[in-house]
Amino acid sequence: MVRSGTLILNVAARLLLPLQLLFSLFLLLRGHDEPGGGFIAGLVAAGAFTLYLFAHGRRAMSEMLMVSPRDLVGMGLLLGVVSTLPAWWNGDPFFTAQWWTIPIIDLKASTPLIFDIGVYLVVLGSVLTAITALVKTDHEDNARG
Amino acid sequence: MQLAVLGGFVLAAFAPLLHHWFGARAPLVMALLPVGIAVWLLGQWPAIVAGEVLLLEWAWVPGLDITLTFLIDGLALLFALLITVIGALVLIYAGEYLRGHRDLPRFLVIITAFMMSMLGLVLADNLVTLFVFWELTSITSYLLIGFDHTNLAARKAALQGLLVTAGGGLALLAGFAMLGVAGDSWSLVELNSQGDLLRNHELYTPLLICVLLGAFTKSAQFPFHFWLPNAMAAPTPVSAYLHSATMVKAGVYLLARLHPSLGGTETWVITLSLIGALTMATGAFLAIQHTNIKKLLAYSTIMALGTLTMLLGIGTDGALVAFAAFLLAHSLYKGALFMIAGILDHETGTKDVTAMGGLRRVMPVTAVVAFVAALSLAGLPPMLGFLGKELMFESVLDASHYRPIILLLAFTAAFLTLAVAAIVALRPFLGTLRETPKTPHEAPRGMLVGPALLAALSLLAGLAPGLLDGLVGATAASLGATDSNVHLALWHGFNLPLLLSLLSLALGTLAFRHWDRLRARLARLEPVMARGPEAGYEAMMRGLVSVAGWQTRMLQNGYIRNYLVMTLLVLLGLVGHALFFRHSPRFDIALDVYFHEAVAAGLMVAGAVAACVMRSRLAAVAALGVMGFSIALTFVLFSAPDLAITQLLVETLTVILLVLVLFRLPRFAMLSTPVERLRDLVVATLTGGMITLLMLSVLGGERLSRISDYMIANSQPLGHGHNIVNVILVDFRALDTLGEMFVLALAAIGVYAMLRFHAEEYDARRSSASPEKHDG
Amino acid sequence: MEPLLAVAIGVLFAAAIYMMLRRSIVKLVIGLMLLSNAANLLIFVTAGLVRGAPPLVPAGLSAPEGVVADPLPQALVLTAIVIAFGVLSFAVVLVRRAWEIVRADDLDKMKDTDT
Repeated sequence: MVRSGTLILNVAARLLLPLQLLFSLFLLLRGHDEPGGGFIAGLVAAGAFTLYLFAHGRRAMSEMLMVSPRDLVGMGLLLGVVSTLPAWWNGDPFFTAQWWTIPIIDLKASTPLIFDIGVYLVVLGSVLTAITALVKTDHEDNARG
Repeated sequence: MQLAVLGGFVLAAFAPLLHHWFGARAPLVMALLPVGIAVWLLGQWPAIVAGEVLLLEWAWVPGLDITLTFLIDGLALLFALLITVIGALVLIYAGEYLRGHRDLPRFLVIITAFMMSMLGLVLADNLVTLFVFWELTSITSYLLIGFDHTNLAARKAALQGLLVTAGGGLALLAGFAMLGVAGDSWSLVELNSQGDLLRNHELYTPLLICVLLGAFTKSAQFPFHFWLPNAMAAPTPVSAYLHSATMVKAGVYLLARLHPSLGGTETWVITLSLIGALTMATGAFLAIQHTNIKKLLAYSTIMALGTLTMLLGIGTDGALVAFAAFLLAHSLYKGALFMIAGILDHETGTKDVTAMGGLRRVMPVTAVVAFVAALSLAGLPPMLGFLGKELMFESVLDASHYRPIILLLAFTAAFLTLAVAAIVALRPFLGTLRETPKTPHEAPRGMLVGPALLAALSLLAGLAPGLLDGLVGATAASLGATDSNVHLALWHGFNLPLLLSLLSLALGTLAFRHWDRLRARLARLEPVMARGPEAGYEAMMRGLVSVAGWQTRMLQNGYIRNYLVMTLLVLLGLVGHALFFRHSPRFDIALDVYFHEAVAAGLMVAGAVAACVMRSRLAAVAALGVMGFSIALTFVLFSAPDLAITQLLVETLTVILLVLVLFRLPRFAMLSTPVERLRDLVVATLTGGMITLLMLSVLGGERLSRISDYMIANSQPLGHGHNIVNVILVDFRALDTLGEMFVLALAAIGVYAMLRFHAEEYDARRSSASPEKHDG
Repeated sequence: MEPLLAVAIGVLFAAAIYMMLRRSIVKLVIGLMLLSNAANLLIFVTAGLVRGAPPLVPAGLSAPEGVVADPLPQALVLTAIVIAFGVLSFAVVLVRRAWEIVRADDLDKMKDTDT
């Protein structure tokens, strides 16, 4: 069902992937102030990898991704849970947001940001897990005839 | 302290790693934690004995007034010391007992988690916290009884234990809720300082019933005693620890803890003393019918638990002192004896005492330890057990209600227990050496340390009971005893209790002498015994299964249509009734529509309808796309940019998903008759229409105050974010989002599992001989 | 606008339920998709609609001026859209597996394979 695409798709996917990923990071980081955030950014990144998958096949995509999508899910959940912990350190009730300013680059770092990155990874990982699993069985079924 | 307990749970999680690092020494390393806690507790001893009550507070869920407050008084100190000291010994013992066992790491995880749960249970001051730890002990007990999970009997026993104790736990939860409401506090300290408030409260009787159900099931009181002997399917260290020294005492602990606020009423006294005495006699009577050493000990544990309940029922100052002394004595000797039983099983390969004999020649140290511990079980001087039994007889003679019955039951239990002690400690060791499945040797040192130490403590406490005056007195004081000056002594002079002891010694020796004949006689009672409470449990389980089968066949007939139609009709009836008869709805039908908005709504409807009537799958997917994009458009038009973006992205991914899956499925088929279609159309239209009406009435009704006003006002000041939707997602309602992340992760893992395991199964099926066997 | 959308949502629900009552498994999946969209819209619309005022705080201010759209249902629906996708992918894979094992498109026939 899914075979490597045409030349235009191949080239376009290769060029678009970094742009889309950058865009997704941009959406993720600005999400606290403008439309965007972990869910949307995760979906954009998932779309980017899916496009690459259709153009270059599953193997090329896993090489590009380097980790298994399921590990992304795990990492995301872990980040989500970890972001609840700093509040305990400060004696606040569970899950109270904590804010720090990183001095040199003047970046707002916070537990909600860590949490949002967790959301991003879970969304990206879940969508890719489902889609790679489907594509993989597709190939195997085709191979079996 | 809280940190130590919570840290213990973390330690439990790391047990496999420790096992990896330290190998067979891992249990020793892990034993350092309970030893450390025990040392800390011993440091508190002088203050507690002086009458102080330590409260360590830690707000856990402040919003719900749930605190992780630990309360350390005499009772808590006594229990916590038993849990940590015996726990450390059991860990060392188990390391040897399960040496080389494949699942030793798993065992260490669960037993450490149990230890911490039990510690939390006896230290908790808050009812909710106590309940959480209570249930944790039930679950860890379930896992430990079923440790040998390939064995059907062990699994069955584990489930039985769980069902009985967790069933009682449910009752207990209701009891606690009533307790919290009636006493207007969740703190045990506050509840216990309210005098007669609870005893005079109108909820007292239902509350007491619920609490007693919880306590009686946990502590294996008659008629719930049957799960405990079956729990002996657990490895012996577990039996020594959970099912004699600690967990089964949780019920007794709870009753003792609540004694100051609930005890003393006529209901309490009669129920507890009669049930306790009955449990004593039942336990002792059933014990001597068994030849399996673990069952013998299990039934005698039931007898001891009955004793403790009975003493709480009697409730005089003397009875409370007896309670503390007996509790301590029992934990020490029974822990030791179970470990001895484990050694015998380990060395000889059998649990049947009649198959053993003459072992004193090959394992002299074990024999001595067993003898000393059994002396305490038998209640003979100079052991702590003797002291406990004398005090017990004294209290029974003081009982205010049904004294003759209780005395008779207690006396029977005492002399039968003496026989049990003799069977356990003399039968395997005396006589000539018998042939056993394994050739016995002296037990390894790691297995002897625990029982030897516990037996030595029993002896020491018996010889110098003055050492315990403070602890026993403080325990009795936290149970509500008025005079907490206690002087324990072995010699009480010639009095009625001593006479009873001598009499029970004589009768017990007689019973031991003629044990084999006695057992044969009692075996004839088999048909009567088969009608006991356990048969009731079995019948209940069978009934449950058959009712479940019946209702499944009735309601879950496998036609998804029937479920849906049934659900929808009920929904239509209930909501329609509420909408039209309970409220007089005002429908808001003021129209304020721009042309482009109407077009978006029209496209939405057209897409939905088209998706239903299209014959080709591709066209249906396209129609769904139209609908999805017009929904996104609606989001844009009505100020929801985040939603519009999300909807568009999901729409795109959905198309990919459908392409990957839908086109591997069959084409649409027309399967229904026109009549069916008409029926479905009517149901669907009615439901859709009702939803429209419901929405209109909501829109026309009064607006309630919105919590989002708070979020709009505080998004920037508190959340430091300008996108309010995002601030809600990651800050205000982040816990919801966390839950949703887990849902998403589960869905993805489900997809992965279904597809991957399918591939493997497919390969397996291809190579197997019967390719057509399908399992739903 | 709300009344018009209320009617549209009613139609969406009706279409969803009609499709879910069909015996063909593929139609069941389409019904599920219609249902999740209808439910999302229902939450969104019931909270009241506001034109041209997204729930964003303008830069430099601590709270938006004037009325903005209710952010809470938006947050709920946002997660619901993504979750619905997750559930949908689960459902379609389940349907596909069922089809591969039973080789029957008819839900009534599928019933016969389990006891």
